Amino acid sequence: MDISISVNGEPWVLSVEPNDVLLDVLRSRVGVKSPKIGCERGDCGTCTILLDGRTVRSCLVLAVEADRHEITTVEGIGRDGLTALQRSLWELNAFQCGFCAPGIVLAAAELLEENPHPSREEVQEAIGGNLCRCTGYEPIIEAVLAAAASWKEDR
Amino acid sequence: MTHRFEERAAQTLEFVGTPVTRIDGLDKVTGAARYVDDLDFGPDLLHAEIVESPFAHARIVSIDTSKAERVPGVSKVVTGRDFPFQFGLYMKDRYVFAQERVRFVGEQVAAVIARDPKVAKRAARLVEVTYEELPPVFDPVEALAGDALLVHPDLGEYAHVPWFFPHPGTNIAHWRKTRKGDVEAGFAEADQVVAGTYTVPRYAHCAIEPHVIVGLFDHANRLTLWSASQSPYTQRHLFAEALAPLGLSHQDVRVITPYIGGGFGGKAGVSMEILGAALATAVKGHPVKVRWTREQEFYNTYQRQGVVAQIEMGVKRDGTITALRHILNWDAGAYVEYGANVVNAAGLSATGPYRIPNVWIDSKCIYTNLPPGGPYRGFGYSEFTFGLESHVDRVAGKLGIDPVEFRRRNAIVEGDILAYGAEMNPSGLLEAIDRTAAAIDWGKPEVSADSAKSVGKGFAVFWKAPAMPPNASSASFLKFNEDGSINITVSGMELGQGYLTAMAQIAAEVLAVPPSRIRVETPDTDRNPYEWQTVASHVTWSCGNAVHAAAVEARERIFEVVHRVHGYEEESLYLEDEAVRSSTDPDFRLPLRDFVINGIEDTDGTFKGGPIVGSGKFMPEFASTRADPETSQGGHPNVHYTVGAAGIVLEVDRETGRVQVDKVALAVDAGKAINPSLIKGQITGGLVQGLATVLFEDMRFGEDGRLLNPNFTDYKIPTAHDIPLEIVPIIVEVAQPDGPFGARGVGEHTMIPAAPIVANAIEDALGIRITSMPITAEKVVLSIEEMNEHVH
Repeated sequence: MDISISVNGEPWVLSVEPNDVLLDVLRSRVGVKSPKIGCERGDCGTCTILLDGRTVRSCLVLAVEADRHEITTVEGIGRDGLTALQRSLWELNAFQCGFCAPGIVLAAAELLEENPHPSREEVQEAIGGNLCRCTGYEPIIEAVLAAAASWKEDR
Repeated sequence: MTHRFEERAAQTLEFVGTPVTRIDGLDKVTGAARYVDDLDFGPDLLHAEIVESPFAHARIVSIDTSKAERVPGVSKVVTGRDFPFQFGLYMKDRYVFAQERVRFVGEQVAAVIARDPKVAKRAARLVEVTYEELPPVFDPVEALAGDALLVHPDLGEYAHVPWFFPHPGTNIAHWRKTRKGDVEAGFAEADQVVAGTYTVPRYAHCAIEPHVIVGLFDHANRLTLWSASQSPYTQRHLFAEALAPLGLSHQDVRVITPYIGGGFGGKAGVSMEILGAALATAVKGHPVKVRWTREQEFYNTYQRQGVVAQIEMGVKRDGTITALRHILNWDAGAYVEYGANVVNAAGLSATGPYRIPNVWIDSKCIYTNLPPGGPYRGFGYSEFTFGLESHVDRVAGKLGIDPVEFRRRNAIVEGDILAYGAEMNPSGLLEAIDRTAAAIDWGKPEVSADSAKSVGKGFAVFWKAPAMPPNASSASFLKFNEDGSINITVSGMELGQGYLTAMAQIAAEVLAVPPSRIRVETPDTDRNPYEWQTVASHVTWSCGNAVHAAAVEARERIFEVVHRVHGYEEESLYLEDEAVRSSTDPDFRLPLRDFVINGIEDTDGTFKGGPIVGSGKFMPEFASTRADPETSQGGHPNVHYTVGAAGIVLEVDRETGRVQVDKVALAVDAGKAINPSLIKGQITGGLVQGLATVLFEDMRFGEDGRLLNPNFTDYKIPTAHDIPLEIVPIIVEVAQPDGPFGARGVGEHTMIPAAPIVANAIEDALGIRITSMPITAEKVVLSIEEMNEHVH
């Protein structure tokens, strides 16, 4: 069946099978590679995308469910230049291998959109579904808090 | 020339020692970073589905692939008959596909290749394999019994490195014996001899990126692999060796490794990647992808080996250690081609960082019918340090000596004789101990605000040497661009540790070009020069030396051409802010960008010089594994040790057994911190990974050898909620004389002490000594109940 979706502001009309998973369609049909395949059962969060501005695990979403919805990946949020969040994560060496980074950037972006001045615990909660094996999370949490502190001026 | 630079460098370092921003950071926050599975291979890409053994030990009676072959869309079905080849890093005991028998649940038996992965998966279920079950052996101690069934009856025929000592006719694949002094005399001389047994289960690496490889055997007989690997050159070597019967040699094989999503040892050497290389040759002209699912990731790569450790330590009343006997029986799994070297490393160094005159170590690599063991961050040291550092606390307790003071008294120092006879390198262990103890207010009792909780403090020291062949080496190429920027090629891997950035900083320091103007690329074995592997925490040291040498060579070329055209003595020249300066003429300043490609124009209108390039290499020419197999005396198997200490403050809930980590401090002697920000990242990440192994991670196997928790729902790894309230990273810098700017590696070390500090703190809090990992809330509660029953 045909679906029409918006991916990072660009319209796509795609013919998909009813059991096609959104993550696979994004990666192999649309060519957006930042959502990664990590566990294919919703445990790790590395496939996180924004669906109409809310984080979802694209490995648990069927492509047909995304019909007429807007999808944003990390490629999309930095389209017009790095966000303060990305800049902070970069400058503070928050990531190591970077495989979890696309998902965590989106999870943190969603948080800051709703709550520009989160507490440490709120940051932990927001990224609590995104596994990272390298960093011990601490540098990521610090970078998100630093971004939040700088957002006031940027906006 | 080099010495002049070093003198200047010693005074002021501009880039080395500063918390430079990662040169791969922008790639990673923007989604630009490409990993193997992100690469496109066009419409003729094929996918492989692997048929796996359901049994831990069985004979393969027959394989019928005919039904699978008839499924529309299937390109090829292959079995062990197509690839009757063995491979392995240190011992060739592993098979491309099982031959005649399977030795663990999940072992590869056949593969189905199809254009659509769903078709491949469906067809794989139609491959009919008939097995005759054999009795499995899972317990390493049972596997040592005289009547134990042999996992590898052909052990005596396997090729292996000269420093392994297999015992054919048994399940002992390698037995490292280290003997120093007279251990019995040492016990006789002791005022107390304390014995204990400690158990460590298996663990999984859990890199978030699963293993994946794409192979293309093209119509010109070229085999190219895109591999998520820590070891591109070692993979090329093992692929070329294993597939030599097909007419392939090293020049025909090319391994390309883009960014990888975490390694921790799990992507070292060759495990599942052999399938990508072999299957590519079966479907000539088509790229074929093998990507592990999360479940396969748990089963069929490497696991950290389990170990049962028996320790006897003799001590004088004043706290001096007189003797140590350390027996390590390793559950090494079905294939030990890599894991046997973990066993070897532990067998050389299981004294820990202590000065001990009389030592007896037996480290036995024992085959079992569980998945292959192998390298995991810490490489044997994480495993034995749980027992050893738990034991040291018990010994100190029996003597009534403060555990930190006991460690200080026995701490190894430069020049002390190691268990295998070589001398200890310079190290800052005492400083690490003191600063760690201060960071957690050691000795100061603390009470929890919650009356249901008890506070405990724990302490441990650690060390680790790179475990590598004596001739493991590194190389580097460096070239300038027209704008004075630099490209460096090396074949170490950026695993996330920040290696590319550290290499850029080293070259930056020599050439006075900022790291932000230096690109360091991930490996391609056709283009980047040799690196053994990115393991052993050795690349900052070893490849750092190679990059340093390449940068020095480029600098010599620069000074040479400036001398030729401008006449300044080379001795007077130096680099500053991307330009050549002269100490004899303060007005002279020649920007690098003006000549590093197009040369310098001479007075007659000709040009001198040309593109500036440099190459460098490093091999530890003092290392040797030639030693007496009965004692390990005589060689120099380890290049140096990195040492450190860790301490923890935790609260245990006496009702639930739950542990909350309030504070954890770790000091590591980096020799010289090339980038303190990245080292702090290693400390934080390594501690959290290590704390998880003691607090909740655990591989559970059923009686049939099946893994009961091969996923992140049941095998929990830390989330952002599961981290200490405070982490205190401490960097000690006692220079490594043969390291770049004095640096040595720290990456694995930060995980090693995590388990014993928790065990020691639990005893401090509750008076209960737990001698098996993990120390889960359940285990703590049961231990409290058991203690209470004894009391009442």
